[in-house]
Amino acid sequence: MLWQNLFSEKNSLKNFEVIELINKFKIFLFVFLFLIILITFGGLLNLIFNNSIALIAYILIVSIIIVIIKKKKTNLFHVITENTFIILTSLSSLVVISFVIYILTYIFIIGSQHITWEFLTSNPTEGLTSGGIFPAIVGTAFLVIIMSIAGIPVGTITAVYITEYAKENSLFSKIVRFSVNSLAGVPPIVFGLFGLGFFIGIVGKQIDNREIISKYNNINTMFLQSDSPFYKDNQANPREVISFFKSLKNDYSFETIEALEGLVLKGEYKNYNLEFYIEYLKERERPKWGQPALIWAALTMALFTLPLVIISVEEAIKAIPPELKEASYSLGATKLQTIIKVVLPGAVNGILTGGILAVSRGAGEVAPILFTGVAMYLPDLPDSLSSQFMELGYHIYVLATQSINVELTKPIQYATTFVLLVLTFTLNFTAIFIRSKTRNKFNRES
Amino acid sequence: MKKIQIRLKNRNSLIEFIAERFIQIIALTSLAFILGIFYFVFQESFWAFKQINEKTRKEDTRKYYKISDESNMNDYSTEDDELRPEKYPPEKTNNNEYLNTKSDSLKLKPFNTLEEAKNISLHRYSMGQEKPIKFDDLFKPNDVIEGEQVFIWQPISTEPKYNILPLIFGSFKVSAIGILIAFPISIMAALFTIAFAPKWLREIIKPIVEILAGFPTVVIGFFCLTVLSGYFEELFNTQLRLNAFLGGVGLSIVIIPIVYTLIEDSLYIVPKHLSEASLALGANKWQTAYKVLLPAASPGVFAAFLLGFGRAFGETMIALMITGNAAVITLNLFDSVRTMAATIGSEMAEVEYRSIHYGVLFIVGSVLFIITFSLNALAEFIFRKKLIKKFRGY
Repeated sequence: MLWQNLFSEKNSLKNFEVIELINKFKIFLFVFLFLIILITFGGLLNLIFNNSIALIAYILIVSIIIVIIKKKKTNLFHVITENTFIILTSLSSLVVISFVIYILTYIFIIGSQHITWEFLTSNPTEGLTSGGIFPAIVGTAFLVIIMSIAGIPVGTITAVYITEYAKENSLFSKIVRFSVNSLAGVPPIVFGLFGLGFFIGIVGKQIDNREIISKYNNINTMFLQSDSPFYKDNQANPREVISFFKSLKNDYSFETIEALEGLVLKGEYKNYNLEFYIEYLKERERPKWGQPALIWAALTMALFTLPLVIISVEEAIKAIPPELKEASYSLGATKLQTIIKVVLPGAVNGILTGGILAVSRGAGEVAPILFTGVAMYLPDLPDSLSSQFMELGYHIYVLATQSINVELTKPIQYATTFVLLVLTFTLNFTAIFIRSKTRNKFNRES
Repeated sequence: MKKIQIRLKNRNSLIEFIAERFIQIIALTSLAFILGIFYFVFQESFWAFKQINEKTRKEDTRKYYKISDESNMNDYSTEDDELRPEKYPPEKTNNNEYLNTKSDSLKLKPFNTLEEAKNISLHRYSMGQEKPIKFDDLFKPNDVIEGEQVFIWQPISTEPKYNILPLIFGSFKVSAIGILIAFPISIMAALFTIAFAPKWLREIIKPIVEILAGFPTVVIGFFCLTVLSGYFEELFNTQLRLNAFLGGVGLSIVIIPIVYTLIEDSLYIVPKHLSEASLALGANKWQTAYKVLLPAASPGVFAAFLLGFGRAFGETMIALMITGNAAVITLNLFDSVRTMAATIGSEMAEVEYRSIHYGVLFIVGSVLFIITFSLNALAEFIFRKKLIKKFRGY
């Protein structure tokens, strides 16, 4: 309307309209000026540190124009303070925005130059100074998939329990809500500690112990066969045992022979009894689950993202109008039917949003997996849940700080960062898109 | 009618019951895990306390080591230990002498009994006897350099020193710098979006800040390391390229979106009639923003401050990448610092399971946990209780 007024000949402009116009487009003017300075001086940081004079000049000019246009009595001090305030606040928001744009364009421009199909699908070579990032991409994918399988259903069910089954104002639900909310802000490294101490140190070691016990029961029975060197007098020397294992050719012969050859290398030709061998081999057993592994990293990450999922789903369930649920109950549906047919379909966007945000958070966070499963470099892809893996974020960290030649790996660093950013942004944008749909879902009237 | 209802209920009651129990079990398990973190981190560090004490007692009775004499350093080594004749009594076999001489020449000890075999294999996993420490060493000055008592964190050496004060100080220093940079920027940006910006601009600013919130922290650390570090080095003429100030800037980038979003939300829920009344009384926009909006949203602002500080306090990757990781206590902005989270992150991967170093790192972790958790809980309390009370009256 103002534009029409401005260009129509019939309506002469009144003063207050001009002021309104300037007020309205002050931000435009400012952004315009800012962009000009940005282009001329090149770079945001230079601008912040060097151009305070331009800023003060601009504030004064705008204020004086306003005072001149306004023919009423105005307080110059008030005008100046207001404009200073507006400009400072807009400047700070502009700082944030331009920083985001700066970092994005910087990484995207440099990173995208080094992205090739080969880079995405080949192994790193020559001590991580060349080659691709394929194992890191696959490792991240595995981590994220196992994490979401473990975390999202559990988080959803927990949220359903909190909102539908637990009593609204009971002590239990208060404790739960408080701990979930507070846990969302606990540093990720603490989750890593939990993963190391609990998953690896307790659960993994337990599984290992059980496996070792059953394995040595088998070996024990093997040694009791008639062709074993222990059959006669319960004494045998290491070489006899090795040849016995070689003749067996079963699953554990390789590792066992390796361990026993160590005994031979130490210069031992004596005879030992059966218990000695079993104890000796048990001590040399390598941990399988009681070490950093993919499954423990994924579970730690699932636990880390669990509060995020719970909060997101809980909010989505609370956004469902109570009339819908009441209608369902009044039609004779039970609680379970209401949950399956009304609550979950209503909250499906919230579940998706929470899940995607959790996945994106998990893909970007390195601290929980630092010592629960990530490896610097592995030639092979992870082939089981107990193997270690490479991850994109950790790969960036390794390349940027612990590489043999940091300068040489700069292109790979930028390209890896580019890939990670593209991954997390795709996920984040999907989540934001779904959430914007959800907001409109139940608020059509308003 | 009543009959039908009863029949429906009966038909579903078993499934209903099973499903409810199933949901309950899963929910309680996940909640147990969540509460388990609280329990477990502390339990592991309490274990470390116990272990430290036990080891101290054991070592004292055996008089195993002597303090402050470097010539006795060999006493700790395991190889000498294995060669000691009194510890491993000679065998009664015929080729005893032959074996002993042979093992001496090879620096190997013959092992014949089951117990000795166990001993050797345990030595394979442990790096030798650890020098025990006391709980006081964690907080009191543990070394003297040039006549001054100093706090030293030096876990990997022949005489490890575990003092966690420099780490706590480092965390506070970096996150204080971070929040001091981030807080003014985000409060101003939030005021701008709520009070001054037109609607279309608000809808641009908010998603962009959300993009920043979605940045992986490694990427921000990488960006600071490669781009900003060189820039700041030139600008401030610093001796060290990686210092506390750079770390603070990196952390501020991480916490700006959090602080901004929280302040914006709490400004947004200030009732419209308050600001409209202020404007109707003839106040400027900035007067309204400064004297009406901001005081009304003050609990939210304070909570945002606390949450941002807590987030910065526990941030690992950025601290690990760009703070320099030197555990010193100085007030100079451009010195390196070592934060608690970075210490755990860099040292935990190489540490032996349930050694003293492991226990001390868990103690560091639980201190970190206590501080961040109490900051969060305080923020939660302030935000939920006060802000809602203020506007809704209950």
